[in-house]
Amino acid sequence: MIRVALIGAGKMGISHLSILGAHPQVEVVGVADNTHLVTDFLEKYAQYRCFTDYNKMIEVTKPDAVVVAVPTKLHSLFVWNLLKNDIHVFVEKPFCLDVEEGLGLMEMARSKNLVNQVGYHNKFIGTFKEAKSIIETGLIGKIQHFTADMSGPVFIRNKQQSWRSKEDEGGGCLLDYAAHSIDLLNYLVAPIDKVHGTILKQYFNTQVEDGVYALLETKNQISGVLNVNWSDETYRKMATTITIFGTKGKIIVDTTELKLYLKDTPHHLIYGKGWNIKHINELSDSVNYYLRGEEYSAQLDYFIKAVNGEVPNNINNFESANQTDNVIQLIRNFK
Amino acid sequence: MERILFGDNQFFGVNHSSDEKSRAQAIQFKEDAAILKTLDYARDEGVNTFMCTTHDRIAGICDAIRANPIKYHNFKIYPCLPYAHKYANAVGELGLLGTLKQYVPGNFFGTLFRGGVAIVSKDYISMMKLLIDAEMKMFKGINTPVIFLQNVVTDLLLGLGMKDVVKAFHQYIITEYNAEPGYITMNLPKLYEFLISAGIENPIICTSINIDGFRMSGGKEVYEKILNDKDVRVIAMQVLSGGASKPKEAISYVCNLPNIQSILFGASSKANIRETVSLIREFDDLEGQYSVEQFNHIKIY
Repeated sequence: MIRVALIGAGKMGISHLSILGAHPQVEVVGVADNTHLVTDFLEKYAQYRCFTDYNKMIEVTKPDAVVVAVPTKLHSLFVWNLLKNDIHVFVEKPFCLDVEEGLGLMEMARSKNLVNQVGYHNKFIGTFKEAKSIIETGLIGKIQHFTADMSGPVFIRNKQQSWRSKEDEGGGCLLDYAAHSIDLLNYLVAPIDKVHGTILKQYFNTQVEDGVYALLETKNQISGVLNVNWSDETYRKMATTITIFGTKGKIIVDTTELKLYLKDTPHHLIYGKGWNIKHINELSDSVNYYLRGEEYSAQLDYFIKAVNGEVPNNINNFESANQTDNVIQLIRNFK
Repeated sequence: MERILFGDNQFFGVNHSSDEKSRAQAIQFKEDAAILKTLDYARDEGVNTFMCTTHDRIAGICDAIRANPIKYHNFKIYPCLPYAHKYANAVGELGLLGTLKQYVPGNFFGTLFRGGVAIVSKDYISMMKLLIDAEMKMFKGINTPVIFLQNVVTDLLLGLGMKDVVKAFHQYIITEYNAEPGYITMNLPKLYEFLISAGIENPIICTSINIDGFRMSGGKEVYEKILNDKDVRVIAMQVLSGGASKPKEAISYVCNLPNIQSILFGASSKANIRETVSLIREFDDLEGQYSVEQFNHIKIY
């Protein structure tokens, strides 16, 4: 059994806690959160040992691994503390507000040989995984252009009470929302290293942006457009669509569907000339316990397996998350 | 429970196999009249139970049902609470305390914020009851013989091992609403054991059951074993794997499983409703002529 603790029992933290609670190889040893209402409830009904001070929790419960789901501004300090105590870390996205600090943590985890993972769950969704494999086999040829469209109803009124509305806590659409698309583009296309233009718009928030629009370029000169708006109430929940245009075809992929167009008949068993459609039910691997989506269970299962040495720690590690942080900074700092 | 239940996903842009299709459906069902018309198509086929979330728009549908008592005299609704996206979106926007303050009725939380945390924060079960009452308000005067806990909440409580909370929900639905509690889940095997260990016998469980094994956590075989061996009243949902399976094979598979009391499905068009209902009736009549094993080798793409 891997002894796992949680820091931060908010929306994502509670979801992680439930998945960990159902995992056959995990023993949840403690939960740290500063909201008394939450820890009291968890202690009373889930019988978890709860703490308001996470350092105290580490000292008392001695976890092998910790899941960190606190506001982004706290990530660097908390992760550093955990690595210092030789604890494997899974931290929510985005990784760090400061790219240099992220690099330092990456080196620290590497030198201490500790498992490190960041919660970019899209990479565990069947449709995006299949898109990656199609691109790698060269079916759509050389990539020429990409677009990432992302919408959702996070802020649709003039109410700004959560940390996601506060700039100094790491809120905002770029860090909280667009980060997902940027990370996917880095993974599916190639790491982005240039920004040719940025527009950040406020629709409801006054401290942070609600819309992120940017022109991007990867290190191998592939260009693309990022179009993200978290104030669109025509969407029921977060929707992410990536379009990748290549010399031999095109992919349009979201969390439920993969559409592949091929110009010619390929040497391939499954895909043929013209449009090919695959749905998530054909592409998702069954999980042992399901909450909100296979990907949330799959990413934590991958983390636990990495701690156990059963898989390499190469999906969503600090290194790839740091590349995403870097693009976020380039977009933010574009003048 | 009736053999066939009509669901509401299509009305609110929920489609598990296509985001694009879900948005088209949200446009199609912009007006309440479009929803009511589709419910009529289902009623025309003899489907008189509507299983729905507590989405804000259901309130309008309930108004129409109450306004036409003769037309809907044998019509039943199985409410599924809560409409989780409402709360999840609110938490993103308002934070946890802000969300509770907005949705827990009365001045329950007014006291909290005025008088400090200790005064009321311990009584979570009362808070849950208030939230149930708030969600159930729209169904007043409508026949709701089974009331469900939505899968996000059921499965969250399952993962957290919160037996007492589930027991409190169960008891409250029976005593306060004179209804049977039901549970929607994506984890039938784990939930079954959990409910039994909480002292809940022969539970009503609504869960994904389909020939593809889609969203059947732990695997199709484990599900089949529970259906064969245990006392459980199962409602099969996602029988078409979110719309991607061929209807004939998919429905034939489900109709031939034991212990499936009802089949829940949703559709937007009269033709699709008619097709699904008649397929279920057709395969129910043929029951026993096929064995489940015959379907196990079929994988539909």
